[in-house]
Amino acid sequence: MKKLMNDPKNVVEEMVEGYVKAHPDYIKQLPENDRALVTARETSDGKVGILIGGGSGHEPGFLGYVGDGMADGVAVGNIFASPSPDPILEVTKAIDKGAGVVYLYGNYAGDVMNFGMAAEMADLEEDIQVGMAKASDDVASAPKAEKEKRRGIAGEFFIYKAAGAAADFGYDLNEVVRVANKANDNTRSMGVGLSPCYLPQTGKPSFEIEDDEMEIGLGHHGEPGIEKGPLETADRVADRLVQDILADIEINEGDNVVVLVNGLGSTPRMDLYIVFRRVEQILSEKGIKIYRSYVGDYITSLEMGGCSVTLMKLDDELTKMVDHPVDCPMFVQK
Amino acid sequence: MEFSAKDFKDFFKAIVTMVEEEKDYLCELDRKLGDGDHGVTMSIGWQAVNEKLNNELLEEEDCAKVSITVGKTFLSAVGSSVGPLYATGFMRGAKVVKGKTVVNDNDLAEYWIAFAKGIKERGQAEVGDKTMIDTLEPFYIALEKAFAETPDFLTAFTKAVSEAKKGMESTKDLVSKKGRSSRLGERSVGAQDPGATSAFFILSTFLDIAKERTATAS
Repeated sequence: MKKLMNDPKNVVEEMVEGYVKAHPDYIKQLPENDRALVTARETSDGKVGILIGGGSGHEPGFLGYVGDGMADGVAVGNIFASPSPDPILEVTKAIDKGAGVVYLYGNYAGDVMNFGMAAEMADLEEDIQVGMAKASDDVASAPKAEKEKRRGIAGEFFIYKAAGAAADFGYDLNEVVRVANKANDNTRSMGVGLSPCYLPQTGKPSFEIEDDEMEIGLGHHGEPGIEKGPLETADRVADRLVQDILADIEINEGDNVVVLVNGLGSTPRMDLYIVFRRVEQILSEKGIKIYRSYVGDYITSLEMGGCSVTLMKLDDELTKMVDHPVDCPMFVQK
Repeated sequence: MEFSAKDFKDFFKAIVTMVEEEKDYLCELDRKLGDGDHGVTMSIGWQAVNEKLNNELLEEEDCAKVSITVGKTFLSAVGSSVGPLYATGFMRGAKVVKGKTVVNDNDLAEYWIAFAKGIKERGQAEVGDKTMIDTLEPFYIALEKAFAETPDFLTAFTKAVSEAKKGMESTKDLVSKKGRSSRLGERSVGAQDPGATSAFFILSTFLDIAKERTATAS
C-alpha cells in the first residue's frame, strides 16, 4: 500500500480540514461537531434542507456534493462506516429552514440505524420534521423481488441530484421524498471490480483478486460481488453490465435515460470513456435516448479499480430535476 | 457477588485491551465477508471509551452513568452498524442498574439480558442470519434460564457464555442474511462472522472479570 498520509488514525479529520480550507466559499464545519459540514451560502427560508452522508473514502461522495442545487449539509463517517447520529443531528439543526430536512443515504445496515436514530432525535428533541430516502440501485446486490435489500452505489448521485433540485423548486418535505424515491425507483447500477482498495488503518487489500480477473457486482466497499471470472474486454464488460440493468428495469425504445459511468478510484478516464462508448452503442441500437451523460469519478472506493454503469429512466419531472443547475466544489452543471 | 462502578470500569478497560489484542484477527475475519475493518472500527470506539475512562469517568460511582457514557461514547466515535448496536446494549443495561453504585447477582443477570435483548431489537436480526445475534441470543436465553434455576450469577453467566461460544462458532456454516455480507449469499459460508466473534470476546472478558471478583471475595 502506498498512500499520502500522516497518521492513519487522522485521515478523515485531515481530509475534512483540507476540504473545508480549500473551498471556504462553499462549505464550513460546524463548531459543535467537526464531522458536520454545511453549505457556506445562505439557503432560502422555507426550503427543505437536503442532508447527505455516509462513510469516508467515497470522495467526491459525499462532502463533494454540498453546494447549490444539491445538498445543504453532510455528515461524515469514518472510512466506509456510517456517521454516528451526532453529526447528523447537528447538520439537521443547522440546515432546517422551517420546512424540515430530508436525509439521503445508501441502504446499508449502519446508515439505516444511525440516520434512523438521528431522525428520532430531531423529531423528539428539536421538533424538526425529517423525511428519509434510501438509495438501492445496485442490481447485483439482491434479486429484483428483494429490491428493498439492495445497496446503494453510484446511483446515489442521481438521487441527490433529483432531490436537491426538488428542494430548490420549493417542493415540500413529502414531495422531496417522493421525488427522491422516484429517482431511486428509476435508477439501476451494475459494477465491475478490477483491483482492491487498501484501508489506511490495516494496509491490507479489501479483497483478493488475480491480475487477470474481474469481479462482477463488486460492492463499493470492496464487498465481494456475485461472480469472479477472467478479465474481459471493455465492450464485453459494458455488454454484461447494461444487459443486467435492462433485464431489471423496463426501458423501451424512445425512452430517455441519463447515463453515469462511474470510476471507482484508480481507473483512468480513458477506460471509462471506452466503456461509455459501448454503452452508447447498445442504447442507440435499442432506440433508447441518452438525455445527458456523466463520465468520471463520482462515488469512489479509495483506490479501487473498476467502474459501474448507472441508468436512470426519465419522465418529465425527473428531466426537469436533471436539468437543474448545480454548483458544488466537485461537480458543476450549468 | 457485589459489583461496583469501579468493577464496571475495570471491565470496560479490559475490553479496551482485548480489542487491541484481537484487532488484526477481527479485521482478518471481516476481510472474508466485508470490507475488512471490523477490528479497526472496534478499536476506534474502544479507544474513545478509554479516553473517557481515564478522564470524566475516573471518579464516577454510578454504574448506570458509566454504562451510558460508554455506550454514547462508542456510538459517537464509530457510527457504523456496531455503534448503534452496542450503544443500545449498554444503555439498556444501564436502565436496569439506574442510580446504583453497587449491583448484586440479580442486577447483573438483568443487565446482561437487557444488553443482549436491546441489541437484538435495534438490529432486527434473527438467529441464523450470521450476525452478532447468533452469539447474543443463545447467550441471553441461557442466562435467563440458568439464573431462574439457580440464582447465582457466575454459574449462570458461565453457562450462558458457553452457549454464546457455540453460537459464534455456528456462524462459520451459515449463509449471511444481514448487513453488508448478506450480498455474498453462498459465498459467505465457511467464514466465522466478525461481529459474532467480537460479541463473544466482550462476554468472555466480562466472565474473566466476574471470576476474578468472585475469587477475591471468597
